[in-house]
This record gives sequence, structure tokens and C-alpha cells, in this order.
Amino acid sequence: MANMSLKKLDMPVQEPEIRNSNFEEVALGYTPEMAMEEAERCLNCKHKPCVSGCPVCVEIPAFIEEVKKGEFEKAYEIIKETSALPAVCGRVCPQETQCEAKCVRGIKGEAVAIGRLERFVADYHMANSTEQVKPIENNGRKVAIIGAGPAGLTCAGDLAKKGYKVTVFEALHVAGGVLVYGIPEFRLPKAIVQKEIDTLKAMGVEICTNMVIGKVLSIDELFEQGYEGVFIGSGAGLPSFMHIPGENLKGVYSANEFLTRVNLMKAYEKESDTPVKACKNVAVFGGGNVAMDAARCAKRLGAENVYIVYRRSDAEMPARREEIEHAKEEGIIFKNLTNPVQILGTPQEGVIGVECVSMALGEPDASGRRRPIVVEGSNFVLDIDCAIMAIGTSPNPLIRSTTEGLETNKWGCIIAEEETGLTTREGVYAGGDAVTGAATVILAMGAGKKAAAAMDEHLQGKSR
Amino acid sequence: MYKIVTKRILNPTVVLMDIEAPLIAKKAEPGQFIILRVDSEGERIPLTIADFDREKGTVTIIFQVVGKTTKALSLLNENDAICDFVGPLGVASHVEGLKRVAVVGGGVGSAIAYPIAKKLHQLGAKVDVIIGFRNKDLVILEDEFKAVSDNLFVMTDDGSHGEKGLVTQALENQIKLGNEYDEVITIGPLIMMKFVCEVTKRYNIKTTVSMNPIMIDGTGMCGGCRLTVGGETKFACVDGPDFDGHLVDFDEAIARSSTYKEFEEHALNHYCNLMGVE
Repeated sequence: MANMSLKKLDMPVQEPEIRNSNFEEVALGYTPEMAMEEAERCLNCKHKPCVSGCPVCVEIPAFIEEVKKGEFEKAYEIIKETSALPAVCGRVCPQETQCEAKCVRGIKGEAVAIGRLERFVADYHMANSTEQVKPIENNGRKVAIIGAGPAGLTCAGDLAKKGYKVTVFEALHVAGGVLVYGIPEFRLPKAIVQKEIDTLKAMGVEICTNMVIGKVLSIDELFEQGYEGVFIGSGAGLPSFMHIPGENLKGVYSANEFLTRVNLMKAYEKESDTPVKACKNVAVFGGGNVAMDAARCAKRLGAENVYIVYRRSDAEMPARREEIEHAKEEGIIFKNLTNPVQILGTPQEGVIGVECVSMALGEPDASGRRRPIVVEGSNFVLDIDCAIMAIGTSPNPLIRSTTEGLETNKWGCIIAEEETGLTTREGVYAGGDAVTGAATVILAMGAGKKAAAAMDEHLQGKSR
Repeated sequence: MYKIVTKRILNPTVVLMDIEAPLIAKKAEPGQFIILRVDSEGERIPLTIADFDREKGTVTIIFQVVGKTTKALSLLNENDAICDFVGPLGVASHVEGLKRVAVVGGGVGSAIAYPIAKKLHQLGAKVDVIIGFRNKDLVILEDEFKAVSDNLFVMTDDGSHGEKGLVTQALENQIKLGNEYDEVITIGPLIMMKFVCEVTKRYNIKTTVSMNPIMIDGTGMCGGCRLTVGGETKFACVDGPDFDGHLVDFDEAIARSSTYKEFEEHALNHYCNLMGVE
């Protein structure tokens, strides 16, 4: 008998006043009993609207059917057929605008908690499975993946499954891309990312860290070395600044730098060699997921007041609703309809404040959101000793500037066919933020998947 | 892991190491840098490439022991290995077409000036080298510089070796003597580069400086290494590390470089106590 509750079963979380001073995971996950109870809310619709909302087309009703029966390993097998990183997606996908947005149960009440179920299944597998991943028989053909983030890892996994000898080149000293340098431990524990990467390695994927393609090797040289196809998943790493006075004072960070210090270099651990400034009052400029991550990290590092300074209103905020709610619960102070004009301070002391103006909303602009307009004479000063700019990133120019024939658009994004990821260079595919500009983990994974299929088709039709 | 092939103590606080890194050695050019981590818990630090041997597959780094990471690195020996070594990063120095150049190095910065002087010399330019140190015990690479320069001027603060005085005085003397430099290339402490630029501005001589700010990834991702150059924000890692010295906001760079001063001092002291070293 289906569970006709109109609401999702709540997932246990750490209490806000406790979690805002530690870096452990906020959400604790379902128990097997909870997962089976929530799974019963799925009506197993024949036309599967949820699957069409998933960028990698996970067979959602099929895996949930197995969860209902308590067959969690079978459920895992079904997810794993199409998703390279289930434990990651279950945590960071914006399900509310994807699979869950299409769920029939959402018409009257809340959608089935697909994300929470996926997370449960992946975690159950990691905790209980003893099965060894077997290396896959090699077809003798080499392909290269640039960037070990979500797009690259997905593409690598799919090509390895098809028998290719896959080498992933990563610029940093660890694989994972934004999953390790950007998304904080309390949203996505790094041990989980590492396990997913270990699975890929067990399948035979080789990961070469400390390799900045475009510098140490060019794409042309990769072809010369016998790689027959190349996928570029180098992300959108270049942080944008606001071009306001004072933004180069000590204590002004890009969100990338702040999060990299905290997440990748573990600045929150006492033993870490990489510091981050201890601050009392922190302002984060921006309203996306990255802004929420930076604000919540600052709070956990001991800041007394952490402000989100965002120029539009709550309704226009691009961050996931869940992240906004979590941030509010943890005591982050939202200064919406506010825009920084200049950062105040001295070269010796660094940042001491930020001058802001109030904004009002006018007519919708090209993005469809109402355009923020300055309220004249509304200037005021917030006392802060640290400012973090989380206003976006653009693709890194290292590869495009060293690869002839690889075309980019005016924003520096690599031009690639939407369905295949094929770039303007034969045999070179691209996907993820390097193509779209800053977007989500799952869209990058979807692009990696499409490119793997297209590269395989291309190479199948081509003799060596 | 990247093996330390040779280690040479150049002076009490400056160490040279050849690191086995064949792919980087193959591509490295003067002016570029690498980023290293000593061990798996270590921080990432940028060091400018001091030399490279494409055949042996080694990259030479020369560093001064100033903090915990450089201290830990200095305690390693030949055949030990370091955890991470990535590069070559940044844009190579533009030295083509120069005929008459003064290369001005200060302290450990002279180590970075060396490959540039060498390349200029190989390209047939007439090269005057001016290097400055606090005293004679700290002088490094004197013989190497002699081999790649037309005139070498060694300056010490106390006059214990070479001439007594600052590199800026030696440079200004040479300019006054009628040497017409196409360009001055200067590498050393920020404050020294700032004053070299003040001298060359007066004589309207193009001056290139090599910046070495705090950075993490070295590929443009963190933005921590940003500088103001000619009123615009530039990233030292991808736009530099070489910049037109007359356009660099040195005061801002000096302020930014002190962001973690207290942490750095504390980390070094703690490490030395822990390891029982000075």
C-alpha cells in the first residue's frame, strides 16, 4: 500500500546551533527503515516524468522499487548504470528543479524525496558492499580527459566502461575539482568523493595530478602521444571581482580562494599549514550556492557576524532553497536589496568596513529577474574585517590560449555542440563549466556523459 | 613524488635543489615558476624556476628559508622526494630583441635573475648584472653570474664583499656613466624592486619586475595573487609573473604580502620547536 503522506519524510540533520561551529556533515541521511517508508510514496508511474528531469537519466522509479523491497544493492546497481557519482549527486543535485520538479506527487503535496533516497542507497553501498570493482578489459585505445571534476570523472567512467584506456589530467594535487576545492566538507564529505574516485581507479582509470594541460603538455602533444580523443572539462575557475575601490585590501577574498583554503587545504584544521584569516565580521557578496557555502564556512571558522550581501531580494536568489534555509538557521544575516559600493580600510590594517547602498527592484531584465536599481542617498557602512566576493567565475583561459582551432565565445566559454560536446577541433570534446560557464555538478556530469557516448561513436567509426 | 637529485647549500639560509621533473624541464623557460608541496599535509608554495636541464630532466629551485615550508624543504636531502611539483606556470620572460640590458637582483631574488641573464647572454645581448646582498656570507651565484655577464657588480650593505652600497646606487652610476639600457630587469624584495623602478622612471628606461605574491593554485583559480598594474587588476600567476615595473602598485603588493605574517612566524616557530631545529 502506497504511503499517501503529502510530505516528504524529514531527513535527520545536525542541530543548527551545534553544526554552525563544526565542519561535519549537516544532513545525516535516512535509516533503512526511513528509506523504505519514503520509497512507498513513489507511485511507480509508467511514463516516468522524473527520469526526464534528470540530466543523466537515472532510472528513478526502478531503483525506488528496489528500495521499497529493501534490496538496496540492487537499487545501487540501477543508479550506477547511468550515474558515475551517486553519493555526490544525492547530496548536491538541485533535485527540486530537476527530477523532483517533475514528480506527480508534487502536484498535490511534496515530491518523493528522490535525492535523499539516492543518497541513502549510495551510502548504504559504500558502507556495506564488499564487492571488488573489476578492471575492465582494455580495447587498446587511449583517450585523455582534462580536469578531474564532475564532467571529467563522468566522461572517464563511461569511456572506461566501454574499454578505453583513460588518463585523466588534473592541475591540482588531488582529483575531484570543485567537489574538493569548492563544496565544503559539511555539504559533501571529501571521503565520499575519494571513494567515488577510488572506484574509477579500480576500473582502470589513470589519474595524473599536478598536470596543467596547456602548460606542461598541449592538446596537440596529447594526440602526438597516441591519445585518440580528448575531453576538456577544465571548469570555470577564474573568479570575477567587482571592480570597486578597496577590493585588493588585505582580507578581501574571492570565494574561490576562501573556499580553496578552507576545503582543499583544510585551513579549518589546527594542523593545516595553509592559513585563512580569523575574522569577526564577514560580508559575502552574492546570492548563489557558492555565497552560501562561503558564509557558512566563515561562521564555522568562528566569525560572530556573517552577512550575505545580495543586490536583489530573497525571491530572486539563485542558491538552492535548502541552502538558503540552512544558512538562515545557522545564523547567517541576510542583507538583501543591498549592494557594496566600496570596501573601506587601510593598507596596514586591511578591511575595516564596506560601504553599501540599498536597492529597489525595477522591471525584469534580460535574465527575467527584476532589475535592481540604486536607492539614491541610502548609503550606509557595515563594519567588517573580511569580505568575500562570490559573484561568479568564468572559464580558465589556459587551454583555449594554447590550442589552435579551439573556438570560444565572447565570454571565453569553449564552443561545443550541445548533444555531443564536440568542439571546433576534430576529436576534441568539451563539457561542464568550461562550456556553459558556472553551472551545476549534475549538468557537468550530463555533459561528460554525452561527450563520452559521442567520442566512442566517433572512434568506433574510425580505424586506428 | 619528485626526487631531489642534487642539493647545494648556497649560504646559511639559501638552498639550491635540482628536482627530477622531466616534463616540466622540457617546457620550462626563464621567468616561469613552479608550485610545490613538501608533503601531503603541506601548503602550496610558488618558486620561480632558477634553471633547468632538458636532457637530465631536472628543474632547479633556489629558496631562502623563511617559513615552515621552506624550513621543512631545506631539511630534505638528495634522493629524498617531495610530494607535489607542478609547472611550468606563468608567462616566460620576454627577452628577445634586447641588445643592452641591466639585470638587477637582490638577495635570493638573484637566483631568479640568473636564468634570465643567462638567456640574454646566449641570445647575444650585452648584459650588466648588479646583485646585492646584506653581507659577504649571503652572496650567491657569483661565479655563475660572472660567466653570463659582460660586467658584474656585487653590492653588499656592509661592504664586506664587492662594493658597499645598494643596487639602486650601482644602477644609477652605470646609467650616469652613459650606459644606455634597452631595458632593466629586476628581481628581489618588493621594496628593492620599487626603488629600482623609481630610479629607472627618472631616466625613462623600461623596467620589468618579477612578482612573487601569495598564491594557492597558480592557474588563475584563486585570485589571491592579484595586483594592480596600470590601474587594472592582474593575476601574477597567469598574467605574469613579469610586469612593467613602472605600472605596478608596489605599496598595495607590500601590504597584501603581509596578510599571513603572524601565522607564518608562529608556524615556523612551532615547527622548529617540534623538530628540535633552529
